Amino acid sequence: MTETAAATAKARRSWKDVDLRAVAPFVALALLLVLGAFANPNFISVDNLLNVLTRSAFIAIIAVGATFVISAGGLDLSVGSMVAFVASLTILFMNSGAVTDPMMTIVAAAVLAIAIGAACGLANGLITTVGRIEPFIATLGTMGIYRGLTTWLSQGGAITLRNPEVQSLYRPVYFGEILGVPFPIYVIVITAAIGAFVLYRTRYGRHVVAVGSNEDVAHYSGIPVSRVRTLTYVIQGLCVAVACLIYIPRLGSTSATTGLMWELQAITAVVVGGTALRGGVGRIWGTICGAFILEIVGNIMLLSNFVSEYLLGAIQGAIIIIAMLVQRSLVRKS
Amino acid sequence: MNSAPSPAPTDSAAPLLNVAGLSKSFGPVQVLKGIDLVVEAGQVHAIIGENGAGKSTLMKILSGHLQPTDGGIRIDGQPVVFSGPVDAEHRGIVLVHQEILLAPDLTVAQNVYLGREIAKGLVVDDKTMNEGARKAIRELGGDIDPTVTVGRLSIAQRQLVQIARSLLVPHRLVIFDEPTASLTPVETEALLKVIADIRAKGTAVLYISHRLPEVKRIADKVTVLRDGRLVTTRDASEVEPVDMARLMVGRDVAKLYPDRAATGAREVVLEVEDMSVPGYAEHASFQLRKGEILGFAGLVGAGRTELMEGMVGLRTARGTVRLAGKPASFVNVHDSMKAGIAYLSEDRKGKGLLLTKDLKLNLTLASLGRFVRWWQVDRTREREALDKAIAEFDIRTGRKDLLAGQLSGGNQQKLLLAKMMMLDPSIVIIDEPTRGIDIGTKEQIYKFIAGLAAEGRSIIVVSSEMPELIGLCDRILVMRTGHIVGEVAGDHMTENEIVVLATGVQAGEAA
Repeated sequence: MTETAAATAKARRSWKDVDLRAVAPFVALALLLVLGAFANPNFISVDNLLNVLTRSAFIAIIAVGATFVISAGGLDLSVGSMVAFVASLTILFMNSGAVTDPMMTIVAAAVLAIAIGAACGLANGLITTVGRIEPFIATLGTMGIYRGLTTWLSQGGAITLRNPEVQSLYRPVYFGEILGVPFPIYVIVITAAIGAFVLYRTRYGRHVVAVGSNEDVAHYSGIPVSRVRTLTYVIQGLCVAVACLIYIPRLGSTSATTGLMWELQAITAVVVGGTALRGGVGRIWGTICGAFILEIVGNIMLLSNFVSEYLLGAIQGAIIIIAMLVQRSLVRKS
Repeated sequence: MNSAPSPAPTDSAAPLLNVAGLSKSFGPVQVLKGIDLVVEAGQVHAIIGENGAGKSTLMKILSGHLQPTDGGIRIDGQPVVFSGPVDAEHRGIVLVHQEILLAPDLTVAQNVYLGREIAKGLVVDDKTMNEGARKAIRELGGDIDPTVTVGRLSIAQRQLVQIARSLLVPHRLVIFDEPTASLTPVETEALLKVIADIRAKGTAVLYISHRLPEVKRIADKVTVLRDGRLVTTRDASEVEPVDMARLMVGRDVAKLYPDRAATGAREVVLEVEDMSVPGYAEHASFQLRKGEILGFAGLVGAGRTELMEGMVGLRTARGTVRLAGKPASFVNVHDSMKAGIAYLSEDRKGKGLLLTKDLKLNLTLASLGRFVRWWQVDRTREREALDKAIAEFDIRTGRKDLLAGQLSGGNQQKLLLAKMMMLDPSIVIIDEPTRGIDIGTKEQIYKFIAGLAAEGRSIIVVSSEMPELIGLCDRILVMRTGHIVGEVAGDHMTENEIVVLATGVQAGEAA
C-alpha cells in the first residue's frame, strides 16, 4: 500500500517536476550534435568526437573544481594562471634530474604537481576566508601572481621538457588509448565521478551546498563555513593539478601564455552546466556537458564555413550570456 | 503627506471603498471567495485572520498589486479597475508594506522622495526635500535627522520613514500590513498614535495585525477572514480579543498556554557567570534548572539575542559557562551543539532554514554526522527521519519534496524545531518562538515547548511578546540595555512589572 503510493509519487515526480535547468545543458548538447552533423558529415564521426572530447579534458577537469568553488558561493579567476604555474614548476622539476629513474621522475613530478596545486588553492582559500577578501578580488590578485611567477620562471620564453626518456614514457598520458578511447577521457570521467560522489553523497558536499545557499544558516547549523569554503579552493587546486598532468605530455612545454583565458572557459562550462553563479546549486555532470559544448562549438566552427574560427572567443562569450538568460527564464517558469 | 485628501468628486451617500463579491484564484487554488467589504472615511478597519486566510491577497488587490478573478471594487460608488499600484495610488489608496523597503545607503530624505525627487532644473533640490522629509516625520510624531543614512536607523525609525514616504502622496485610504510585527511596546504605542492621527484627518485606515489587543484598541470595525472567506464584520466595541481569536481559528482557543506541572527545586544544568558580549551585553549571570522554562524579556535591542548567541559561540563573548557544574567553553557553535545546547534563531528565514532547499536537507543539516555511513549520507535514513519529524511536530506539508520556503511560517518554525531537536539537546534556547505565526500554530508550539520541558530538557525562551512569556515560563529575566535588570516569578509575572523593568520607567511616567 505504502509502496504503491511511493511508486505513484515517484512516477508523478518524474513527469512533472523534472528540473528543466538540470536537463537544459544536455538538450543543448544534443541539438549541437545534430547541428554539427548537418554542417559537416565528418563532424559526427567517432574519431572526430573522441578527438573533441579529448581536447575538452583540461577545461572539463578544471571546471569540476570550479563547480565546487561556485556552489559554495565563491569564484576562482586564477585557474588559468595556476595551470601555467603548476605545469612550469613540474616541468622544471623533471628537468632538474633530482630523480634519475624516468618512471620515478614522473611519479614524483605528479606528487609535486598535486602538492603545488593544493597549495595554490589553499592560498586562494585562506585569502578569501581568513583574509576576508572578496573571492573576485582575491583570485584576481593571485591570477596576476601565478601568471607573473610563470613569466619569471620562463624568463619570458618557454619551459620545455628536455629528458627524451621521460618524454616518451610520459607521452601516452595524453596520446594513449585504452580500448580505443583516449586516456584523457577516462581522466574526465573519473574526476567527475569522484566530484559527483563528494558533492552529492558526502557530508562535505552537503555542507558546500548549504554554505553557498545561505552562509548564515550554515553557520547557525554548526557548519565550519570557512573550512568548507577553503577546502573548495583546495579541490579546485587539485583539479588544476590533474589537468596539468595531462597537459604537460601534450606539448611538453609551457610559456607565459599557457592556460590564458581558461578561467573564463571553466566558469562558462560551470554556468552552462546549470550551476547557479550565486551558489547553492552544483551540477557536476552538467559542468562536464558544458565543457563539451564549448569544445564542440569550436569544432563545428572549424569544420563549417559559416563563421570564421577567429570569432571563437566572441561565440564563447555569447554562450555564457545566453546560458544565464536561459537559466533565468527557466527559474521563472518553475 | 501635508496635502489634504485629494479632491475627488464624492457621492456623499456612497462609502469610500466598497468591495463586492471579490474572488481571487491562483491556478486551481481559490484564495479569496466572495469577499464583501465596506470601508468608511475616518474609520480604522482591522482585518484579522490566520496566516493563509487571504489577508495579504486582499490587500494586494486593493492596492493594485494583483487583479481580482471576480467581483468589483467601487470608490465613492464608482466602479474602478486598478491597472497597477501606481494607479491605485492616484486614486488615493496607499499600502505601507510589512517589510521595510528602503535603500540603506541613501539618506532619510532621499528615501522619502525616492522616485519623486524634487528638482530645480537638472539638479535635485536637497534643501526642500530635507525640509519636507523632516516635516513629514514630525507630523508622524517622530524626530529624525533627514540627512542621516537609513542604514543607521533603528527598525522603528525606518518604519516611520517608510510611512512618511507612503503618506507623501495624497491619500484617502492607507493600508497597514502588520506594522507592529517587529516593534517594541513603546514603539507600538507611538505607531498606534500615528494611526489615530491619520484617522482624525478623515482618512480611512485598513489595519492588518496578529496582535488582537491592539486591534481592539485602535479599530472601529473588525473583519475576520478564515480560509479565504469573510467570517464576519463587527464593531470593534462588540468583540473582545478572545472572541476575535475564536472567530479566526473557528474554534475555542481560550487555553492558549499548556498546563504545566510545577517544577520543584531541581539541579542547575547551566550556569552563566559574568558573560559579556562586546557592544551588546555586559556582566550577565543566570542559572537554568533541569526541566525549567526560563524566559528572557526586554525591548528590542536590549541584548537578549546577542547574549544567547555569545553564550553558544555564535559571537565573541567573555565569561564563564558551567554545564552541570563543569566549566565549558564554546569557541564556535559546533562546540555548544556537541555539549547539548541547541539555539533556534529568531531569524527563521535568514539564519534558520535554507528556503530554497527541501525539507529533508534542512532537517538533517545540523546533525548530518549521524546520517553518515561509509562516507556517504544515508538518504534512506534521512527520509525516515523526515517522516518521523513530520508526524512528531505536525509539519503540514502536502508533499515531502516541497522546499522549506514553500511552507507557511508556522510550519517553518516546526521544521526548525525538528531540525534542532535532531541534535537531542538537553538545553534548548528558542528566540522569538512564535513571531509571525498564527494562533492555532502558536498553541502547538507552546505545547511542544512544554513537552520538551516535561521530558527533562531545560528551555530558554527569548520573546518580545510578554503574554507568551507569562503564560509559558517558570520565571522571567528582564534585560535592559545589555544588563539583566531583574527577575520576576510567580505572582510577579505581570506585564506591568516586566515593562517597568524593561524600560526602567514606572508605568505612570511613560509618555
